[in-house]
Amino acid sequence: MHDVLDVLDGDFFRRWLTTAASAVDREADRLTELDSAIGDADHGANLRRGFAAVTEALDGSDATAPGALLALAGRQLISKVGGASGPLYGTLLRTTGKTLGDAGEVSREELAQALRAGVDAVAKLGGAAPGDKTMLDALIPAVDALPASFEAARDAADKGAEATIPLQARKGRASYLGERSIGHQDPGATSSALLFTALAEAAGGAV
Amino acid sequence: MLINVPETVVADALRGMAAAHPELTVDVENRVIVRRDAPVADKVALVSGGGSGHEPLHGGFVGPGMLSAACPGEVFTSPVPDQMVRAAAAVDSGKGVLFVVKNYTGDVLNFDMAAELAEDEGIQVAKVLVDDDVAVTDSLYTAGRRGTGATLFVEKIAGAAADAGAPLERVEAIARRVNENSRSLGVALSACTTPAKGSPTFELPSGELELGVGIHGEPGRERRAMMTSREIADFAVDAVLEDLRPRNPVLLLVNGMGATPLLELYGFHAEVQRVLAERNVVVAGVLVGNYVTSLDMAGASVTLCQIDEELLRLWDAPVRTPGLRWGM
Repeated sequence: MHDVLDVLDGDFFRRWLTTAASAVDREADRLTELDSAIGDADHGANLRRGFAAVTEALDGSDATAPGALLALAGRQLISKVGGASGPLYGTLLRTTGKTLGDAGEVSREELAQALRAGVDAVAKLGGAAPGDKTMLDALIPAVDALPASFEAARDAADKGAEATIPLQARKGRASYLGERSIGHQDPGATSSALLFTALAEAAGGAV
Repeated sequence: MLINVPETVVADALRGMAAAHPELTVDVENRVIVRRDAPVADKVALVSGGGSGHEPLHGGFVGPGMLSAACPGEVFTSPVPDQMVRAAAAVDSGKGVLFVVKNYTGDVLNFDMAAELAEDEGIQVAKVLVDDDVAVTDSLYTAGRRGTGATLFVEKIAGAAADAGAPLERVEAIARRVNENSRSLGVALSACTTPAKGSPTFELPSGELELGVGIHGEPGRERRAMMTSREIADFAVDAVLEDLRPRNPVLLLVNGMGATPLLELYGFHAEVQRVLAERNVVVAGVLVGNYVTSLDMAGASVTLCQIDEELLRLWDAPVRTPGLRWGM
């Protein structure tokens, strides 16, 4: 079976990123709430600021190549978000974009491969491993599932984010809580899952 | 809260700082605070930065004898690489720039990226990581010890070394030596409230305190029923000494977290001095006040820095910043 959408062009990537920006805006309070349980209560506000800058930069750019659009979004996140999530999300999108290169259109498989390179770069930068209760716990299963379908990737990301609840954080600010981080869903894994919800939404709206 | 809207808290503070301190160049738009006479010819420059909410750290420590520039981020959020690169470019005399970085994941990642970008622009950059908080006992399965009170000692002493004309590798080595010889422990009597959230970032029932708290309200070692100033001093000093075991004299910072009155802080300082005397630790220099704060958190931290003759000389050297000033 194939998705309806097999060829992903610049319009698709613009739709993905603006859908992601809306999702982050909508869910910002929830992300902040999760972050106040095991972090410092700013994840929602920071990502909202970053993705607002992404939307603005996309509006002001005539780039059409998927790779260029993702790289542009990544640079915005690095320049605007701060904290750990700025460099981490920025690196995810920038590396994914760079890996896609100049192609005007890419396939879902190519996107999955490029995202894998992006996730690898995030893991290297943050020094985290799967199971450390970080964004990787949503990103890795999502990218693994993406070759199957957009929906599978979305569901895997959600499941991965939920699966962080019983984990003890070993990276980032939540790690200072030790055992007290158990029982809370990781905010970074939750926002990572939003990216894949947005991706499935962007694909679904393209029929 | 004495604010307009949460979104402009940092910019509003920077505008006020600019108006109060004409000896600093405050770029409100780009969020960089630079000493007005930068770059200082033939001197190494020091750049630090971090989330806002810890004032006077870091912007209040910009000036002769300490930092060349500071980059304030959003409240409790690391600044972005663009700020640090801009700051480095503004202060580099050609002798290089030392980044003073508190050990938090966000600060480390953003300063790492900034160092790469600055080096691309031909600026020689060295970094020193401050990680003095003994409350974090498990460094293997956490992000490692946090940077807290020792940041002040690193910035003051390395700043004095830079001011004296030491080359970059020497300034970096001194900064590292200060950090390696410093340990801190903080105690919270109440949680802090970020402007964005508007309610306390963690729950600390009145009548309880958090021992080993971080400067963003991160939890520490344990929560206990309220203790006296005397008991808290015993706990904090012993926690620090367990890790530092100084053979030489120390510098002592008794730091208020933001909402603890100086009346209480001085009383606490007396208790800290008592424990240090009981443990035969010689205090060569003292600072009591609100220097590395955590918004409106009530509580205090104790930092000890073991010094030698050279470090003491650099500590005593003249400094003129909004937050720390002597000898000039």
